Amino acid sequence: MSPRKLLRNIGLEAGLLLIGIPVLLWTLIPIYHMFLFAISPKDAAFSGQLWPTNPTLRNFEIVFGQKHHFLNHFWLQMFNSLIISIGTAAITLFVATAAAFAISRLRMKGGRLVMNMALLTYFIPAAFLAVPMYKTMGMYGLLNNDWALVLAMATIASPYAIWILRQASDKLPVELDEAAMIDGASPFQLFRMIYLPLMVPSLIAVGTYALLLAWNEYLYAFLLLSKDTAITLPVALGNFLSADDSPWELLMTAGFLYALPPAAIYYAFRKYMSSGLTAGAVKG
Amino acid sequence: MTATAIDEAARRERPRRAGFALSERQSWGLLFVAPYLAIFVGFVLFPVGFSFWLARSPRLYVELANDPIFLRTVINTFVFLVVAINVKMALALFLSGFFTHRRWWVKVLAVLFVLPWAVPSIPTILSVRFMLNPEWGVINQLIFQLTAEDGPNWLNDPTLALALSMLVHIWKSLPFWTLILLAGRLAIPHELYEAASVDGAGAWHRFRYITWPSMSTLYITCTLLSMIFTVGDFNSVYLLTGGGPADLTHVLATLGIRYLRLDQVGLAMASIVCALPLVLPLVYFMMKRLSR
Repeated sequence: MSPRKLLRNIGLEAGLLLIGIPVLLWTLIPIYHMFLFAISPKDAAFSGQLWPTNPTLRNFEIVFGQKHHFLNHFWLQMFNSLIISIGTAAITLFVATAAAFAISRLRMKGGRLVMNMALLTYFIPAAFLAVPMYKTMGMYGLLNNDWALVLAMATIASPYAIWILRQASDKLPVELDEAAMIDGASPFQLFRMIYLPLMVPSLIAVGTYALLLAWNEYLYAFLLLSKDTAITLPVALGNFLSADDSPWELLMTAGFLYALPPAAIYYAFRKYMSSGLTAGAVKG
Repeated sequence: MTATAIDEAARRERPRRAGFALSERQSWGLLFVAPYLAIFVGFVLFPVGFSFWLARSPRLYVELANDPIFLRTVINTFVFLVVAINVKMALALFLSGFFTHRRWWVKVLAVLFVLPWAVPSIPTILSVRFMLNPEWGVINQLIFQLTAEDGPNWLNDPTLALALSMLVHIWKSLPFWTLILLAGRLAIPHELYEAASVDGAGAWHRFRYITWPSMSTLYITCTLLSMIFTVGDFNSVYLLTGGGPADLTHVLATLGIRYLRLDQVGLAMASIVCALPLVLPLVYFMMKRLSR
């Protein structure tokens, strides 16, 4: 290798590091700071330490044992989050799979209109839809009921789910349906025996998307649920802000525990997520 | 039976059979689409229609215009959209180029880089909020140790607080857009770059004549989509500043919710109606682009 080329290569590597290191710090600092709080006693956490001077698992003990009045219902609220996320994923999958099948495989009349309605919903900014949603959930008598949040989140998750599933479904060959139809299969048999099995990777992507959307949701959860025993974990974390002397080390501990499952799920399903979810965006 | 007779019979039968099959298909289609229609009517069409009806009185708009917070909010929203989104998308475009380099440590970094997007907003934004705490936060304690002077009261200064909300927004959503643009970059045929290298094109020329022409449509689509999403971004502002100090850092997303919490649904809807001239053209454009 000529000295000039070597020099250029060193320059490139140095340049990459010069970008990579700030990106790493920028990405991790807020998360590291949260973790640092979670493993520190209050006075150490509040002392502006940069690394754990006095690490302890005491905070986790308090959170797991629900030994603070902010955390009296920690496990119940975690459970609420879980139920609502699973409910949202189930309803979204059901609604979106069926709709995408009707639009893409049955090529029903008006399918385009339904797709456009879904897209329009997808483009309503979430905080704007929250106001009408809150008002009508009150009229339906669903406020403070888990169903309110499940239905609201399914409403928000379905449009994107339908769009992704329709795109995946359009790629399946038409001949499959024709062959099955000639053999006398009804549309429902087509749905169950051909469409569903072939759509599994996209269904995993969409289900994960809906699950994470509901688990991470704060705004709708805090509008629609307010009873201590009905709220999800993010609302409980937000309630820490109502007092000036909040135990931030416990807030960060509970927040850390709350952030673990979605991060784990994201990494577990990353393959499905990135192929399924970015494909749509790149195509547009 | 002769061939013509079969033909004749088929011709007579086909329209009827096809018509029957079509209508059966159609009714199955309606059945399959019914759950979504129910959700759409119950939780989008009716709520939105009803709320527009609540916001019909012109008196509400006079009241809104007289609320000093409102004008400030509109300006904040505008600044937030223009600055935060353009900075974010430019960074995402730049970093997507960085992540195309094949090094083991770039791969590891790409995995970590997604964390802000993969974890929920509330713990991380609150973590940043405490870092910025004037007395106990790590940033001001560092400033004090290094300069023996008190650091700024970050979130008590409306300009600083809004700028920090934008930073939080960028921190949270940069990974997503970087991944999308990275997928766009990886879709560009590699031969183009090889040919350009043979011709002696430098990095800037490769970007200017190969990358950008192939990516500009995607980049603009992403920017517009990000605008729509950012108009609805409640968390970045609310969780960091709560709209304060003195309600000076609200954006339209948090203002509507603020009115709602004060039980002024009419004003909340009116503030959203005022955002429609901004949002509807974007939505129209995106609909045209995505519904094919």
